[in-house]
Amino acid sequence: MTAVEAVPENPLRVLGAAIIEAAGPAVTGFTLECAGTELVVQAQRDALIPLMTLLRDEPRFGFEQCMDLCGVDWPEKAERFEVVYNLLSLAHNHRVRVVVTTDAATPVPSVVGIWPTATWFEREAWDMYGVVFSGQPDLRRILTDYGFDGHPLRKDFPLTGFVELRYDEELKRVAYGPVKLTQEFRDFDFMSPWEAMTTLPGDEKVHLNRLEGPA
Amino acid sequence: MSAQPLPAIGQAPVETVTLDGGDSHTINFGPQHPAAHGVLRLVLEMKGEVVERADPHVGLLHRGTEKLIEHKTYIQALPYFDRLDYVAPMSMEHSFAIATERLLGIEVPERAQYIRVLFAEVSRLLNHLLNITTYVMDCGAITPALWGFEQRETLLEFYEEVSGSHYHANYFRPGGVAKDLPAGLEKKIGDWANKFPAFIVDMERLVTNNRIFKQRTVDIGVMTAEQAIEWGFSGPCLRASGCAWDLRKAQPYDVYDRMEFDVPVGTRGDCYDRYLVRVLEMKESLKIIHQCLAQMKPGPIKVQDHKITPPHRSEMKRSMEALIHHFKLYTEGYHVPAGATYTVTEAPKGEFGVYLVADGTNKPYRCKIRSPGYAHLQAMEVLSKGHMLADAVAIIGSLDVVFGEIDR
Repeated sequence: MTAVEAVPENPLRVLGAAIIEAAGPAVTGFTLECAGTELVVQAQRDALIPLMTLLRDEPRFGFEQCMDLCGVDWPEKAERFEVVYNLLSLAHNHRVRVVVTTDAATPVPSVVGIWPTATWFEREAWDMYGVVFSGQPDLRRILTDYGFDGHPLRKDFPLTGFVELRYDEELKRVAYGPVKLTQEFRDFDFMSPWEAMTTLPGDEKVHLNRLEGPA
Repeated sequence: MSAQPLPAIGQAPVETVTLDGGDSHTINFGPQHPAAHGVLRLVLEMKGEVVERADPHVGLLHRGTEKLIEHKTYIQALPYFDRLDYVAPMSMEHSFAIATERLLGIEVPERAQYIRVLFAEVSRLLNHLLNITTYVMDCGAITPALWGFEQRETLLEFYEEVSGSHYHANYFRPGGVAKDLPAGLEKKIGDWANKFPAFIVDMERLVTNNRIFKQRTVDIGVMTAEQAIEWGFSGPCLRASGCAWDLRKAQPYDVYDRMEFDVPVGTRGDCYDRYLVRVLEMKESLKIIHQCLAQMKPGPIKVQDHKITPPHRSEMKRSMEALIHHFKLYTEGYHVPAGATYTVTEAPKGEFGVYLVADGTNKPYRCKIRSPGYAHLQAMEVLSKGHMLADAVAIIGSLDVVFGEIDR
């Protein structure tokens, strides 16, 4: 007697397998996050447009809405930026997250031809991270000021920025100048030794031995 | 990247004025204009009095919320959400609280879920009261705004009773809510909810069949269901176009699955339908409020794990452990296991999503805030093309934009 039928298959796992099967090499894999409630699909950057068109037009998937598009910065990785698409199907009431990676120079194909709402989200990703979208006719900055320099959500951009607005007595108007802080931004290290610091200072040898296991 | 002073920054590019035939011109609508509902700079290319192109310039209220959140603990990040959609603050907190809970894998006590749903609906009323009445004011009627703000004040007093503040509530927390309802508040809300339908009747008598209001809004800014979907609409704007989509029904969170309410849907997708949907939603919100008050039972209002929620004040006076918990919670905060979630709630304006990436430390690695107004305002060009300048005002009002959440 088998107990296979007792546990129903997670519908998102079925959906993920179906997407892999239909998209072929465009998708490199899928994972389930948040205790199996969210489907994440890792995609190839070059095959993004056919994949997204498939996800929208194939009746089994039916992702009519692109609810969100955003960048994530992982500076230590070879391709440091992730572009994350959160898609929603109204017909099937399911969501999928499509993730592609890129670096500061390589453009990501724009999905504006599939969902016109992507324009502002791609502009924001460009503004905040400097991710370039090829085929996007309107890649202006959106949230930062006119003439702003830099991409503020990158991890190597300081929280306080480089310029600040001050009233200029000579120009008789507000003008940008370099940031002057009377007090540095206070970023305390609250990591408790027993949670974050696995190796105590002076104790490295013991820790290394522990990692390698008993001889 | 240069740290040199950049004199050119902040100078708005001068728009070129093209004159062909003498009646084509570009105008700046805002950023300081009462009908722009905040700091919206709308560059309109006009042909006579007809809008040819509308290009919204946003970001004048950009405060770098997402960047700031990356530098704060999860507890410190929460109050930033009050400052997004400052018309209905607790609705914004709701998404972030649920997102954090999902990553932590904790279940919130039942009473806390009821309180959250109750106040999410109070927030919806707050939002719709402001939007409807100021929208009507954009179209020329001043009385509903005066009446609506009186009602809003009553609701904000409920906010104050639970959180101590009219706007910056910081009340929904990961793990529950900050404090239990004070004694007598449930009765006060119930009494108010019994009286409120009379206000809706009064307001509707002034507005719904008003000839001037209908002339300004019927068949203005029409969005078909297909257009609304491809432009990423959600909430009342999507429902006005005829899509019966409500996250409270489709993907229920907290105790919404126990609530009985209807989802009002429009037929034409014009400015007038967007108004009607909001009026009907207010009535549905009242139903939910009554159900919450009837079903709520006494009980804990936050998870009892003091690694995540603070211990009671009186406990701290006696228990050393409670004192340590309190200190560690408000300095280091808690560590959220690595993972990512895109969590959405049905905020009054539409789908409010939080894409939260945790890396196992006490601070979010990335927190993308998906605000509904951002997608709605983007469709301004499609909605206003071919309409008169005055209609652009009606369209902005009907989209329910608040720049706190659009610019972030």
